[in-house]
Amino acid sequence: MAEPLSRRRLLALGSAGAGGLLLSGCDRLNGSPAFRSLLESAEDAHRGSQRLLGGGMLAPEFTTDDLSPNFRANGSRTASDNAEWASHAANGFSQWRLRVDGLVLRPLELSLESLKAMRQRTQITRHDCVEGWSAIGQWSGTQLSAVLRAAGLLPAARYLVFHCADRFGGAAPYYESIDLLDAFHPQTILAHAMNGAPLGIAHGAPLRLRVERQLGYKQAKFVTRIEARSTLAGLYGGKGGFWEDRADYAWYAGI
Amino acid sequence: MPEEPSEPVSSAPVLRGGELVRRHRLSTRLWHWTNLAAITIMLMSGLMIFNAHPRLYWGKFGANPDHAWLEVTNAGGRGQLRLAGHVFDTTGLIGVATDANGAVQAQAFPGWMTIPSTYSLADARLWHLAFAWVLAFALLAYLLWSLVNGHVRRDLHITRAEWSPRHILADVVDHVRLRFPTGAAALRYNVLQKLAYCGVLFGLIPLAILTGLTMSPGFNAVAPFLLDLFGGRQSARSLHFLAALGLVLFVTVHLAMVVLAGPFNEVRSMITGWYRLPRERSGKVREETAHG
Repeated sequence: MAEPLSRRRLLALGSAGAGGLLLSGCDRLNGSPAFRSLLESAEDAHRGSQRLLGGGMLAPEFTTDDLSPNFRANGSRTASDNAEWASHAANGFSQWRLRVDGLVLRPLELSLESLKAMRQRTQITRHDCVEGWSAIGQWSGTQLSAVLRAAGLLPAARYLVFHCADRFGGAAPYYESIDLLDAFHPQTILAHAMNGAPLGIAHGAPLRLRVERQLGYKQAKFVTRIEARSTLAGLYGGKGGFWEDRADYAWYAGI
Repeated sequence: MPEEPSEPVSSAPVLRGGELVRRHRLSTRLWHWTNLAAITIMLMSGLMIFNAHPRLYWGKFGANPDHAWLEVTNAGGRGQLRLAGHVFDTTGLIGVATDANGAVQAQAFPGWMTIPSTYSLADARLWHLAFAWVLAFALLAYLLWSLVNGHVRRDLHITRAEWSPRHILADVVDHVRLRFPTGAAALRYNVLQKLAYCGVLFGLIPLAILTGLTMSPGFNAVAPFLLDLFGGRQSARSLHFLAALGLVLFVTVHLAMVVLAGPFNEVRSMITGWYRLPRERSGKVREETAHG
């Protein structure tokens, strides 16, 4: 019987083939636009299934006992290379204004004081970086829904884009975007305070977005302008966010 | 598929070593290879995701300022694994390794273990989160179908007799001596096989899937009880890694057993369903299972 030989050859061929296929094949598939778009279609499945199951459900909230003793600041730690932001920072953001424009009935310019006069929410939530770490912090801020109702969204508006003062690593300006379902979610706030103190520079002073059911890169810091848009196409790289444009992170970051 | 192979129990008494018999159902064969592909991709892309933050924590939160129970570092050109206060030098494999072109890679797991082979958290997530659907729905379909077609009841169910320490010990001794069942007895899973397969089907893979879902902030809103079940997101992440390690250990032992039991016959039976019964050792025909 020639079985031992064929067995050995089969094994050798099999393992060499499998190893080679895995190493070069996966990288080749990874570079194939057709295969990538197949993989990317899973993002629609994530968004669709989480929206179907979760709808308007709240992200888990925690107690003061759960707070991270040292909340890691990530991304841009400052926006000081932006002269306008730097001069506002020097004045304690007293002259700073948040612009709300785009597809709205009434474009707004809101000071921190007028933002604080709108409907507020305080929440202790977990911040999850796409890299894998988590930190728990307390956030206080204006519900985005209140700002949007004050501005009045036009029927064509589908997305809210958050323009930021920082340029991460000196590259393009940071920006992020969410859809209307997240925009009107009660936990979606424009945070001006963290752990009971005014939002620090490292965490995006004077205002950062909290959209609690998504990953850290959606939590835009140093927000200066909110733009209502019908599409994300035509804005910077067209993928709806700094990291989405730059590193191909998923626009829907609920997973 | 219901007419697929062989009810080992009813056909056992007439079968002798050397006969070619139907062993694995089509559903088992389909799931086995789908799952192999899914697990391999999940593992390799998962190692790349780990490379983005090679630290593990227990509890609800965990980041660089917090205590990590496991950490991979690569300071000063040395790869180190730090585990519960102990430091292991793992240069060459974990932390710091040399790639195929001789270039030094300073990342937790080397490129030959990861998808893609060079650092990309975004691409690894793309693979991992797409094939998670394949892994989860293949397992769900297989488990449901195995309940319907009797695979779980007939082949995987561990009887009270098999749970007895004496029986398990006898099976351990048989494995250590590499005395594998022959003839018709080889068609039945022994108790260690049943424990291993049930451990993977009902233990490790579901644990990997559920701890994976627990890391999703969107899914936390849907099913917050999973956070309580696993003790927080960072605990879930640690358990996810340990479940993956468990699967690697299973595959290692599984492959060793396939090689020892006769790789051609074993692999053929998982591809075509046909299996040649091992011949009786001393000419004696053992009619019941090897362990009686």
